[in-house]
Amino acid sequence: MATRTAAQPAPAETATATPSVGAVREQAENWQAFPDPAGHFGRFGGRFVPEALMAALDELTEAYDQARADEGFVAELDRLLATYAGRPTPLTDAHRLTEQVGGARILLKREDLAHTGSHKINNVLGQCLLARRMGKTRVIAETGAGQHGVATATASALLGLDCVVYMGEEDTRRQALNVARMRLLGAEVVPVASGSRTLKDAINEAMRDWVATVEHTHYCIGSVMGPHPFPMMVRDFQRIIGVEARAQVLERTGRLPDAVVACVGGGSNAMGIFHPFIPDTAVALIGCEAGGDGVATGRHAAAIAGGSAGVLHGMRTFLLQDEFGQTQVSHSISAGLDYPGIGPEHALLHETGRASYRVVDDAAAMAALALVARTEGILVAIESAHAFAGAFDVARELGPDATVLVNCSGRGDKDVDTAARWFGLLDDAGGAAAGAAAGADPRG
Amino acid sequence: MQSRLDERFTAAREEGRSLLVGYLPAGYPTVGGGIAAMRAMVAAGVDVVEVGLPYSDPTLDGPVIQDAADAALRGGVTTTDVLRTVEAVAATGAPVLVMTYWNPIDRYGPARFAADLAAAGGAGAITPDLPPEEAAPWLAASAEHGLDPVFLVAPSSSDARIRLVAGISRGFVYAASLMGVTGTRAAVGTQAADLVARVRTATELPVAVGLGVSTGAQAAEVAGFADGVIVGSALVKVLVDAQRSGAGDAAALDGIGRLAAELAAGVRTPVPASA
Ligand SMILES: Cc1ncc(COP(=O)(O)O)c(C=O)c1O
Repeated sequence: MATRTAAQPAPAETATATPSVGAVREQAENWQAFPDPAGHFGRFGGRFVPEALMAALDELTEAYDQARADEGFVAELDRLLATYAGRPTPLTDAHRLTEQVGGARILLKREDLAHTGSHKINNVLGQCLLARRMGKTRVIAETGAGQHGVATATASALLGLDCVVYMGEEDTRRQALNVARMRLLGAEVVPVASGSRTLKDAINEAMRDWVATVEHTHYCIGSVMGPHPFPMMVRDFQRIIGVEARAQVLERTGRLPDAVVACVGGGSNAMGIFHPFIPDTAVALIGCEAGGDGVATGRHAAAIAGGSAGVLHGMRTFLLQDEFGQTQVSHSISAGLDYPGIGPEHALLHETGRASYRVVDDAAAMAALALVARTEGILVAIESAHAFAGAFDVARELGPDATVLVNCSGRGDKDVDTAARWFGLLDDAGGAAAGAAAGADPRG
Repeated sequence: MQSRLDERFTAAREEGRSLLVGYLPAGYPTVGGGIAAMRAMVAAGVDVVEVGLPYSDPTLDGPVIQDAADAALRGGVTTTDVLRTVEAVAATGAPVLVMTYWNPIDRYGPARFAADLAAAGGAGAITPDLPPEEAAPWLAASAEHGLDPVFLVAPSSSDARIRLVAGISRGFVYAASLMGVTGTRAAVGTQAADLVARVRTATELPVAVGLGVSTGAQAAEVAGFADGVIVGSALVKVLVDAQRSGAGDAAALDGIGRLAAELAAGVRTPVPASA
C-alpha cells in the first residue's frame, strides 16, 4: 500500500489557489504525492459533505492510516485475499482472441475468478475488516449491477456485520438475481424509488442513512469515489490487481506491457490495475468509459468525454451535468458503469495526460462480449466487455510486437439475461421474445 | 458594517425573542406559487426567508423536501428562477438567504452567483455541503458583494471544527440539531442545546437551530436557548399536502400563514432553558 512521503503537499487550512496543470504534471511524476492530506488529486477530490459527516471521515482516515501501518491488519487482509477470495488471480494468455483481433498479444488479468465474481471483493474485504476494527456493527453499501452489493453482503456474512444495501428500483428489476443473492447472504436490500432510481440515487440514499447512523455504521463505498479518504482507500485496496499483474506480465513476457486497459464506472478496477504502473511512463494507461447509445446522442455515461468539472457525491471531478449544475441521468447497457461521475484520481490522470480515456458504446461492448466468449470460453461481465472492446482497438493500433494487458474485472453470469435479449437467444418458451433482439435496448 | 441579518438579530435580541427563519424551495409548486407562499409566510411573521435551490441529488434532505425539489425540477425551475424568487421575496423587506448544495453555485460561477444574488437583493447563502476547507472562492465572492456566508455545525463537530466554521460564518452560525436529514421530528433533540452552548464559547455570532422543528411549542423550546429558529420541512409539507389533496392555492397559502403565525408566536414566548 502507498505510504505518505515528505513530497506530499502541505495540508491546506482553507482552499488554496488551484495548482496549474503544469505543476500538477510535475508532481504527478511522484505518484505517491496524491492525494494530499485533505484528499485532493490536483484540483479534484476533496470532501464536499455536510459537517455532520466530517468527524466520521476524520475518524475513518485516522483508522485507515493506522490499519495500513499495522502488520496484523495487513496480514489478516492478505490471508483473507488468499484463502477466501482466491488471490492471486491468474494471468491468461488470450491466444485465440489475439489471433482474431490481429494485433498485439492480449493478456487478461482474471478478476472474474475472484470470489463473488469480480474485483469488488478486494475493496470490500479491506473496508469490512476496517469497519470491524473501528467497532462498527453495521455496514451499508450502494450497488448498481449488484456486484458490489453481493461482495459487501458476502464480507458482512463472513465477518458477522449487519448489512443493508441500497439499490435503485430500476436496477433491482434489471439485476433481480443479484437481489436474491444478497438476500440469501443475509443482507437487507432496500429499493430506492427517488430520482432516476439508479446507482446515483442509491448513493444519495446511503448517504442519508449514514448521516443518521454514523456512530455504529460504516458506509462501504464501492468505487474510487466519494469524499476523502474513500478514493484513496479504495484505490489502495484495489492496487493488488496491478501489483500482481505487473509481476505476472514481467514473468510471462520478460518486459512490461505496452498498454493497460480497463473499464471505468467509478473507476476502481481501473485505478487498481493502473496505479502500480503510473511510474512506468512507457506503459500507456487507457480507461474505457461507457458510451451507451453514443456520446453524440446524449444517452451515455462518459463523464470525461461528455462531462465537465463539478461536485457530486462529496468529490470534485468530471460529471454529466447541465448548465445549472444539475446532474444528468447516465445511460449504459451496463448497470455497473451507469454512473454520471468518475473517481477524482482519474480526473487527474486525464488532465495530466498520464492516462487516456476512450468511449465504448453498448453495441461495441456487446460485440466484444460475444467474441471473447467464443474465442476464449470466458463469459465476461458487460462492464468488462467495454475494456475488451477498447483493447481490441489498442491492440490493432500497437501491432503484433506489442503486449496489451486487459483487466477482466468480472464474470458475466449476472448478465446472461441481458445478453440473451440483446442477441435474441431466447425463444418464446424461454420467456423473452426473439424479436427483442440485436440492436434493441434490452432495458426497455 | 452591520449586514441586514446582523441588524435583525440585534433587534430581536432587544425584543427578548428569537428570529424565525422559514425555508421553502423556489419553483414549488410553480415559481409564482413559491413566491406567493414565501410572501405569505413573511406576512404571518417569518423574519428571514431561506429560498431553497432545488437540486437533483439532495443527499441532506428527507422525503418531504426531496419530493418538492423533484417536482420543481420537473417543472423546469433553474438557478435564474431562484434568483428571480429572491428578488420578489426581498421586496417584502425580509432578509433572504439562498439555501443550496454547492454544485449549482460552482457551475454558475461563485463570483457571478454572488454578484447576481446581491443584485437581486439577497442577504447571503447557506451552503451545507461546502466545508470550510473548500470555501475560499465563496468567501471571497461573498465579501466582495456584501453577502453573509452561513455555514453549519453538527452535534458531531469537534470544538476545533466549531471554531473553524464559526470563524468563516457571517450573519449567524447554523446549528443542525441532530444527526440526520431534514424532516419533521416528534421532539427536538437534546443535542441542540448542548451544541448551541459549545458554539457560544467559540463566537459572538448569533446561533440559529434547524432540523426537526415543526410546531409552535418546539419553536418556543428552541427559542429558549438559540437566537434563531429555522423551520423547513413542516412548511414545505403544508404545500406538498395541499398539492396532493388538490386543496388549491388559496388553501395552501392559508395553511402556510397559520403555521408561520403559530411558529412566530412560539419564538416570542421562549421557554427558559433548564440550566
Ligand atoms: C465487473 C465489474 N466491472 C467494473 C465495474 C465498475 O466499477 P469500477 O469502475 O469501480 O471498477 C463493476 C461495477 O459494478 C463491475 O461489476
